[in-house]
Amino acid sequence: MRATTMETLPLLSVDNLKTYFFQDEGTVKAVDGAGFDVFPGKTLGIVGESGCGKSVTTMSILRLIEKPGRIVAGRVVLRLANGKEVDLTSLHPDGEEIRSIRGAEIGLVFQEPMTSFSPVHTIGDQLTEAIRLHSKANKREAHALGIEALRNVGIPNPERRIDQYSFQMSGGLRQRAMIAVALSCNPRLLIADEPTTALDVTTQAQILDLMRDLQNKKGMAIMLITHNLGVIAEMADDVVVMYLGRVVEKGPVDAIFHNPKHPYTRALLDSIPNINAQTRVKLPTITGSIPHPYARPRGCPFYPRCPRFMPGTCDKEEPVLTSVGDRQEASCFLYQEGRDR
Amino acid sequence: MMNGISDTIAPNSSPSVLLDVKGLRKFFPIKKGFLQKTVGHVRAVDDVTFHINQGETLSLVGESGCGKTTTSRCILRAIDPSAGQAFFKAENGKTIDIASLPRRELTPLRRQMQMIFQDPFASLNPRMTLLDIVGEPLLIHGEKNAQKRADRVAELLRMVGLRPEFLRRYPHAFSGGQRQRIGIARALALNPRLVVADEPVSALDVSVQAQILNLLLELQEKLGLTYLFVAHDLSVVRHISERVAVMYVGRIVEMAPTADLFSLPRHPYTEALLSAVPKPDPRLRSERIILQGDVADPSNPPKGCYFNPRCKYATDVCREQTPIQEEIAPQHYVSCHRAKELSLIGVAK
Amino acid sequence: MAEIERETETPAAEEKIAVATQWQLMWWRFRKHRLAMIGTVLLLFFYVIVIGADFLAYVDPNESEAQRSLMAPQPIHWMDQGRFAPYVHPLKGIRDPKTFKRVYKPDLETKVPLKIIGHGYRYKFLGFIPSDLHLLSVEGAKPEETLFLLGTDLQGRDLWSRLMYGTQTSMTIGLVSVALSLFLGILLGGVSGFYGGGIDTVIQRIIEILRSIPTIPLWMGLAAALPGSWSVTQVYFAITIIISLVGWTELARVVRGRFISLRQEDFVMAAELLGCSQGRIIFRHMVPSFISHIIAATTLAIPAMIISETSLSFLGLGLRPPAISWGVLLQDAQNIQALAISPWLLISSVPVIIAVLAFNFMGDGLRDAADPYL
Repeated sequence: MRATTMETLPLLSVDNLKTYFFQDEGTVKAVDGAGFDVFPGKTLGIVGESGCGKSVTTMSILRLIEKPGRIVAGRVVLRLANGKEVDLTSLHPDGEEIRSIRGAEIGLVFQEPMTSFSPVHTIGDQLTEAIRLHSKANKREAHALGIEALRNVGIPNPERRIDQYSFQMSGGLRQRAMIAVALSCNPRLLIADEPTTALDVTTQAQILDLMRDLQNKKGMAIMLITHNLGVIAEMADDVVVMYLGRVVEKGPVDAIFHNPKHPYTRALLDSIPNINAQTRVKLPTITGSIPHPYARPRGCPFYPRCPRFMPGTCDKEEPVLTSVGDRQEASCFLYQEGRDR
Repeated sequence: MMNGISDTIAPNSSPSVLLDVKGLRKFFPIKKGFLQKTVGHVRAVDDVTFHINQGETLSLVGESGCGKTTTSRCILRAIDPSAGQAFFKAENGKTIDIASLPRRELTPLRRQMQMIFQDPFASLNPRMTLLDIVGEPLLIHGEKNAQKRADRVAELLRMVGLRPEFLRRYPHAFSGGQRQRIGIARALALNPRLVVADEPVSALDVSVQAQILNLLLELQEKLGLTYLFVAHDLSVVRHISERVAVMYVGRIVEMAPTADLFSLPRHPYTEALLSAVPKPDPRLRSERIILQGDVADPSNPPKGCYFNPRCKYATDVCREQTPIQEEIAPQHYVSCHRAKELSLIGVAK
Repeated sequence: MAEIERETETPAAEEKIAVATQWQLMWWRFRKHRLAMIGTVLLLFFYVIVIGADFLAYVDPNESEAQRSLMAPQPIHWMDQGRFAPYVHPLKGIRDPKTFKRVYKPDLETKVPLKIIGHGYRYKFLGFIPSDLHLLSVEGAKPEETLFLLGTDLQGRDLWSRLMYGTQTSMTIGLVSVALSLFLGILLGGVSGFYGGGIDTVIQRIIEILRSIPTIPLWMGLAAALPGSWSVTQVYFAITIIISLVGWTELARVVRGRFISLRQEDFVMAAELLGCSQGRIIFRHMVPSFISHIIAATTLAIPAMIISETSLSFLGLGLRPPAISWGVLLQDAQNIQALAISPWLLISSVPVIIAVLAFNFMGDGLRDAADPYL
């Protein structure tokens, strides 16, 4: 009974997060009111194009935003194993609390495995450092745990690989090692920011497979950030679509792909090249391009490119997320005030 | 507003061959030691043979290190091939072997073959205006009249969907998609016959990719261009090509018309590649073929078929002998010992 | 016709940025660097002195008078009974009762009015315009006997005037050396980077050998080899050549590095594929890309030249009297005893420090602004 109640409570709740960058030329509202939940054991996919704020959201959650950026509003509530709740935005960015959370509660995998590893330390050095930071293991124990971690991510010959440098490994192996480091302390949430974008498609398949496998084994939640809708369709249980710093739509993956409500989501899905499509047929496109961050349109950020633009409404105020289906929400005036199209 | 959907571009029916590549090879020497002795070679392009018909789009697809970019650079003579021939049918009707042409005779031929680059930020000189960038090919090839050049540049910009008033602007004022359009305008300035597009949409946002792909299709129809399209994204390849050649570690493992290759692949690598592409539909999640291990090392490829260590259908003959390219169906070529007996799975039509 | 993008209004500011050349972008970035702007202003100030050294001095710098030796600096009094009327006290010669030597002390009763912009000794402005105007002059007396803004040296020569001329020499000798280094550096660095291979190896090894020779002994050796009979000007140029002999190596390496990295750039390959000649690729595509870096590197090389000249002259191996430079002026400060009594002899170290710092700040700003596209 109690277990069921715990499962339906989100592991991480982001509520109205706003991260702004204050620069000489103007203020960039990189994240402007983002909110979503990550549930234990499930995968949340965050999808969007450049400038949508997905990476800044990740950095904000882990308090890795540096000047001139700052979280100006919102809460990021993490539910710890003992049931306690912690608002990550209230912690000091360099303090002990956030550092004990990073790595131990939340693991992070980046896009570029080459630059995520120090070129002058072996994989083993970095692995054991992570392990010893969050546990009482001594050097030898940490080394053994490190070898196990590498084995768990499918790296052959982990005893040999642990003493290698990152540049001695291929892209796929490096990314596996990166995942090993992220998971070395058994976090309950893994945040993966474009983990497979720099990899070949066959290697990508291996890594995604690995991530799913690890999720099943350890019951951890995954927050997967990518611009690749195919990867989202493969991996996510729930999807959040972002545009220019705001969540424009969110919901279960099937609903998003088969019943998208927000015009941006629809247009995006229509415009991606599909491997099953007919050859040499022109793709529907979204007109124009993503506005410059200093030149944000007033009102709904998508209105200059929206096929359902309603003058007088969309360019005056910003829409809010409203329910458009079972656990599905969209931020669009088409659905506000009971207007369902 | 969204563009009109269902604009089908008819495939070109003229069979005359524009580019005929035979046995192309490019080996990079590996030098070690104080005296820089050559201890081996990276076989970047290892006996590549294909042809492109006039007005057609052939895609070279493969993963990193497969040699597709090197092949395209050899054809354009940005680098010199180690061996092989690349017969190009020039404007005057004569067929010339680009691969063996002496460097100084290349310049007049350059007019007829151009390249679109992958990185829209690095491929334009940031210190030149649009007029300079798109006008440079005109200037080099003899158009001395500044007004005529400006007019032609304006016309090209319009053709790629940019406002001609942007002539005086510098590249830093434009987005990635717009810069790619500028690169396309530059490539088209001299009315080339062959355009090599090296991953032209990989660095662009998803919504912009569609715009650029549509533009390329339109321009091909209007100007009768022939494309050699280099890509790693199979979905993009599906949209733009009539024929596809799949490369692995410097070799072409399979080459066929697009629909055939995607629905009925005959090479295990193609099958694995198609299976690995994530489909943007959660209802299509299926068991995928996950290849073991990493891509073979082009400086030390395996004996026999290069793909054999990762191939789930490999047998002894695969580990011993290099397969030769055979035409297993009309226009469908494959290099696999077991091609005739395997029935492989493609993607749904 | 491809669909023309629907464009929202372009604000004027955006348009300005869109058509800005690389120099404009560099300037905008440079402006934000406060230290760099301060450095630049200071340097402009210095170069005003360089041009107007004659005007700013008030006494012939070589005019010596043993009896005026080691005079302390005399201040200017600006207010005379509540009115703005600058004046100085002349010096009176008194016989010291104890030593029987003639010593000079300020005569506090007499006031000699100071004139801002007046007449003095003759000179040729910019080398050919005769004039006798000076910033400061005195009425009814001789400036050499009354004005001692920075005191005098051992030979009784006015230090302020000598400092003006010293600045002129020291700030220009650095430029000549740098120009020479620039030429050699770009030529050899460019050849090395563009062609690579054997030529590159040879040139790089030469650079390494040159850089590993300790500079001071090298200069000492070369300077000692200069015939003592050479005129001041000949020595001046010989010194500049000697300093640039090693200085070019730094720039050559920077240029070579830039050439190598530029060769791989896509836009250079695009130019090749269009059929550009090698000359056009080098001068139209590559050079503009690294010229800003060269300017930054050069600006940072000048202070080294200034310090080289100052140290060489200080050691007596560079410029020698009657030439005047900061190093020559500092030579007088080598005598510890004289220095203890007359610390104002060290005054010429101040402009050296300020000039070097100013160049470094400006160079830092230039280097940070150098690639506005990053």
